[in-house]
Amino acid sequence: MCMFESGYSDDVVKMLRNVGAKVFDKLRVKHVSGSVIEGVLLPRPEVGDPRVLVLKLDNGYNIGVSVDSIIEIKVLEHHTPAPLVEVRLPEGIENLPLVYFVGTGGTIASRIDYKTGAVYPFFSAEEIYSMVPELEEIAFIRAETLFSIFSEDMTPKHWSKIAEHVAKVFEKEKPRGIIIAHGTDTMGYTAAALAFALRRLPGPVILVGAQRSSDRPSSDAALNVIAATLTAIKAPFAESVVTMHGETGDTAVLVHRGVKVRKMHTSRRDAFRSVNDIPLAKIMFPERKIRIINDAYIPRSDDGVILENRFDEKVALIKFYPGMSSEIIDYIVDKGFHGIVLEGTGLGHVATSLIPSVRRAIEEGVPVVMTSQCLWGRINMNVYRTGVELLKAGVIPGEDMLPETAYVKLCWALGRTRSLEEVKRIMLSNIAYEINPRSENRFYPPVIGEDACR
Amino acid sequence: MQIDYREVGLKCGIEIHQMLDTRTKLFCSCPTSLRKDEADFEFVRWLRPTRSEMGEMDPAALFEYKKGVHYRYEVFEKNVCLVEMDEEPPHELNKEALELTLMFALMVNANPVDEIHVMRKIVIDGSNTTGFQRTALIALGGAVNVGGKIVPIQTICLEEDAARKVESREKAREVVYRLDRLGIPLIEIATAPVIETPREAEKVAYRIGQLLRALGRVKRGLGTIRQDLNISIKNGAKIEIKGVQELELIPKIVEYEVLRQLNLLKIKDELRKRGIRPEDIKEEFIDVTNILRETKSRIAQKTLRRGGVALALKLPGFTGLVGKEIQPGRRLGTEFADRARYWAEVGGIFHSDELPGYGISKKEVDEIRSCLKCREIDAFVLVFESEEKARQALHAVVERAREALNGVPEETRGANPDGTTRFLRPRPGKARMYPETDIRPVRVTRELLEKLRENLPELPEQKLEKFIKKYKLSEELAKKIIDSIYVYTFENIVENIDINPTLVASTLTNTLVNLRREGIPISALTESIFHDLFQKIAKGEVAKEAIPDILSYIALHKVRSVEDAIGKLGLGKLDINELEKIVDEILKENIEYIREKGERAFGKIMGILMSKVRGRVDGSIAAQLLKKKLASFS
Repeated sequence: MCMFESGYSDDVVKMLRNVGAKVFDKLRVKHVSGSVIEGVLLPRPEVGDPRVLVLKLDNGYNIGVSVDSIIEIKVLEHHTPAPLVEVRLPEGIENLPLVYFVGTGGTIASRIDYKTGAVYPFFSAEEIYSMVPELEEIAFIRAETLFSIFSEDMTPKHWSKIAEHVAKVFEKEKPRGIIIAHGTDTMGYTAAALAFALRRLPGPVILVGAQRSSDRPSSDAALNVIAATLTAIKAPFAESVVTMHGETGDTAVLVHRGVKVRKMHTSRRDAFRSVNDIPLAKIMFPERKIRIINDAYIPRSDDGVILENRFDEKVALIKFYPGMSSEIIDYIVDKGFHGIVLEGTGLGHVATSLIPSVRRAIEEGVPVVMTSQCLWGRINMNVYRTGVELLKAGVIPGEDMLPETAYVKLCWALGRTRSLEEVKRIMLSNIAYEINPRSENRFYPPVIGEDACR
Repeated sequence: MQIDYREVGLKCGIEIHQMLDTRTKLFCSCPTSLRKDEADFEFVRWLRPTRSEMGEMDPAALFEYKKGVHYRYEVFEKNVCLVEMDEEPPHELNKEALELTLMFALMVNANPVDEIHVMRKIVIDGSNTTGFQRTALIALGGAVNVGGKIVPIQTICLEEDAARKVESREKAREVVYRLDRLGIPLIEIATAPVIETPREAEKVAYRIGQLLRALGRVKRGLGTIRQDLNISIKNGAKIEIKGVQELELIPKIVEYEVLRQLNLLKIKDELRKRGIRPEDIKEEFIDVTNILRETKSRIAQKTLRRGGVALALKLPGFTGLVGKEIQPGRRLGTEFADRARYWAEVGGIFHSDELPGYGISKKEVDEIRSCLKCREIDAFVLVFESEEKARQALHAVVERAREALNGVPEETRGANPDGTTRFLRPRPGKARMYPETDIRPVRVTRELLEKLRENLPELPEQKLEKFIKKYKLSEELAKKIIDSIYVYTFENIVENIDINPTLVASTLTNTLVNLRREGIPISALTESIFHDLFQKIAKGEVAKEAIPDILSYIALHKVRSVEDAIGKLGLGKLDINELEKIVDEILKENIEYIREKGERAFGKIMGILMSKVRGRVDGSIAAQLLKKKLASFS
């Protein structure tokens, strides 16, 4: 690492250069308080004062020493990087079922440098085995990195690429299933996108991630990966799914249908919930048993993968709010967007003042799909007058689809056709179980009732 | 045995962990109180050892994980949030806790760091749901003066307390923890290893504890302050002893540890004299099950019936040494067994120095000896277990026996209630720490330090002087109140109410101790109760004799005001007319006795009178009136 990348301010870098100090060198610093501090100079974290040196002491602690309080700096030792230990593939795994890992970002496997605190992500079969040794008994793993981005930087272009890659790998490598390591924030979107873009699959496409990074002993990554691997091998279904913790503890992981899953919590391990559906399977730990809990699924197929991976990128997902101006819709239409998904209120409404703009959008060939910000339940625009007006204007009711799924589906539909009629037909047909014709009582999570109050 | 500690080169350092009494925990907004009732729910987790960049894993951690050990966490909704459950990132570092730590640093002239970085220290015994303990170095250097000796302080850290271990279910490989304690702030103070005698260790711990209590907002009671000791002697090894909760135990622990190290060194010398080398201790485990088929030993019978084996290991040259006592009640054999149990959880393990015995006969012992080709001077260790576990256990014994040839092995040990120690785990390598990236570094500004410096609490010795000079307390009482949790209550009261400080101090110490001994829940008594009570006494609304009755009534019946208690107890102060009426009545009832005894009747009559008016009138006023009345009789 060069000094100018170290995060320190220019004058600090200059001062360090003058004494011949580089990042990771061991220094002795005389402080105005009289203390003499010895430690390894670390790069400056992005936060905090760039005029404060960060030193790692012999006892492992990092402390900050203000440059303005330093009387003298002496370099004690220059840094020589320690060689990384290579990890090898375990032996005798070739006869196990093949599972293919595709990295897109996030850290499923990583190592920590306790000297510097740096976390190095690694994504290779060797590293995955060494992080999760249980896999040695379960699967023959091959892995590659497709790209390495934050999940919030994912775009429809990336969905396309992943889908294409998955189709290729299924054809060439014939794995039992493909596991995609993905950041959790937009995992639900990608899962839905793959469900539309890839059909007639020979095995499941499993998105997996971690809510606690894998550099910590309490990471949920390993358990989720084991569950994903078991799903890849044993599941009878061949859908795009999300495999994540099903509870705060480590005894159950759930396999959610990609088009029906939503991240419902900012930080919990069990942040992912199936909405308007129940998960496809539950994997119990430590037994590692997989139980199918939903019998409506798309089975594995050997008839050849159908890849339809074009996504229109000019689609907007808009949440309606009281007081929202119709100008927002006008703006989107004026900017040449091809489609709009509305996240309306209740059964599927927006303010009556917005109806003319919605009507105009549809008249100009921009399909408008209605979903609900309630998330749970189904759109029904026949009950109230506003709904009836919107229907009359040509709004497509999104049934019980999640707003995000409807958005992805509209991107996909517009990737196939710009015909309003055809788009409407696609949006209303059930392609990957994204529409559940029946709303079952058990889909809706229980309320916090008497028993929770103590 | 009298030990000359300077002669043996004792070096001892203390690490003190003091729980702070802050409003909230260190990294979240949960209260810092502990619970005794049933938890609301629980969940189960595994912790995985993480690998360093070098690809290394901590062997002890890996061992625990491979054993399949998992952790069951008990949660109280009101005391635990998602942060302790490791389901939400930590909030900002608690400012109150930080300021207290900085104040302590200033009190001992330590140098606060310019910027504080919270670290993650890897701890994967389940006591932290994250698998690491969050800790930050706040200050370096400083010293405490203990009876003229300057004891340097190395580091002052602020860290989160771990979860409370409730139960260890060995069979199920499950350890149960409660999360209420997890996250309570702790100040950790480490002294340099300059302590030279057991008594000095206690004094240093006491002094640091006293300074911590001067901060005011520290928790009191058992378990709220914990001491770790590191002890070494010349040619010995640095031994870390964890979790000493009672101050009084410190000298004993130090003494016994020195004793242990001296005895281990003697064993080493004897083994060398006998010409034993490490390679003489061979990893050869002989199956002696057949010899013991008919043994009377219960544990052997049980194990063999279950398909277990009897495995023996020869220890050349160890006769008389395995059974040698190294601490009261603990032998070298005990150390072997400790290790064997740590690595293999074996039940039945015996050594030849204690045999025949435990149902194993002389004949059986002789047969084992001849089977192992033991010479007179050779000892053996015998394990009853399933074969695999027995092998693991004996492997651990071989390792420990070889270490005996070098004297004292470096270990982390735990304190037993009698002052002896037991093996806890191998001494961990360097702490594995990396930055807590979820928390921003905190800049310690000069302004903040100046502000804190102005508000430093009085040192205990300054308080003592003030209490004796200004409040005229006896030295004994002054010391008592300074060491009590009520010291600030005391100061508040005597500074704001015109009342005899000795009465207040003695109420807050002696009276409360008496009430607690009677089983009165005195923790229910708040500062404002004491304040009201002494105000009423000062105004003459209630007599000081009523203090115990009022306090116990309030504590027992959970009434909110002193007023209510006085009302309920019928303790409203008597005016002089009412008193006179009562005196007259008593005199009338006892007229015969008074006529007979004259003024000598005072004692008994005064007793009767006080039993009726105690707490409602000052005793001296009642006595005065009674004397006057009696005088008028004669």
